[in-house]
Amino acid sequence: MRMQEILILKIVVRFVIPFIQVYGFYVITAGHLSPGGGFAGGTIVAASMVLYALTFDASQGLEKLSHERASLFESLGAIWYVALGLLGIMVGGNFLTNGQIGIPLGTPGYLISGGLIPLLSFGIGIKVAVTVVSLYYSLVEED
Amino acid sequence: MRQIIPVFLTLVLGIALLLVVAEMPTFGDINNPAHNVVSERYINQGVRETGAQNIVTAIITDYRAYDTLGEVTVLFAAIAAVLTVLNRLRLGVICPEDRERGLTDEDAGDPDSKDSC
Repeated sequence: MRMQEILILKIVVRFVIPFIQVYGFYVITAGHLSPGGGFAGGTIVAASMVLYALTFDASQGLEKLSHERASLFESLGAIWYVALGLLGIMVGGNFLTNGQIGIPLGTPGYLISGGLIPLLSFGIGIKVAVTVVSLYYSLVEED
Repeated sequence: MRQIIPVFLTLVLGIALLLVVAEMPTFGDINNPAHNVVSERYINQGVRETGAQNIVTAIITDYRAYDTLGEVTVLFAAIAAVLTVLNRLRLGVICPEDRERGLTDEDAGDPDSKDSC
């Protein structure tokens, strides 16, 4: 029996994927409060998409995230990181400075705190997720 | 004879590395070189200077954000290289075997032609 024909697997995966993605985005956004951050959370989000492609088909996964869209997100993640770094130079500080150039840091322990740190984590998370997924797709696509 | 040389080299390297490990500072010792002004500053001032409770995130995206930019660049270069190698046909490169089979440069950009070298 081929993988694509197992009904239980399909139903369960369809049910589980949203929870994995919510957890991944939680790890990304709460990276400055609890263990985690962009790299770990991005990998969790990517794992959900790889699970989708494994259960259904790589071609169906490619419909959700085509190569063109993947390279767009890929570049956007990197540009977002560099742009936030250049913000420091615009304001008159160093590259990638955070608190020293007067960005409000908020109360430590709250979700909106840490200045640029959550924004940087978000960029890293998007980038890592898309990198892992498109790596998997292009390797699977070969055969 | 061909097996003796690798075994000998592995043994020599292994013993040398083990000797190096034996010379390393004890784990958790207060006099370790890692416990210097820098880590003290991170631990004492980290929350006040960055606003982030998680000290690891505070270091990798604030104090060492430039290093993380390097990591992001490495990821970008890696995936760009992999996609370039795996999607040669989509990028307009024709392999010698394809040329012998009568494919021209116009077939290169065609996503339906799944031939690769």
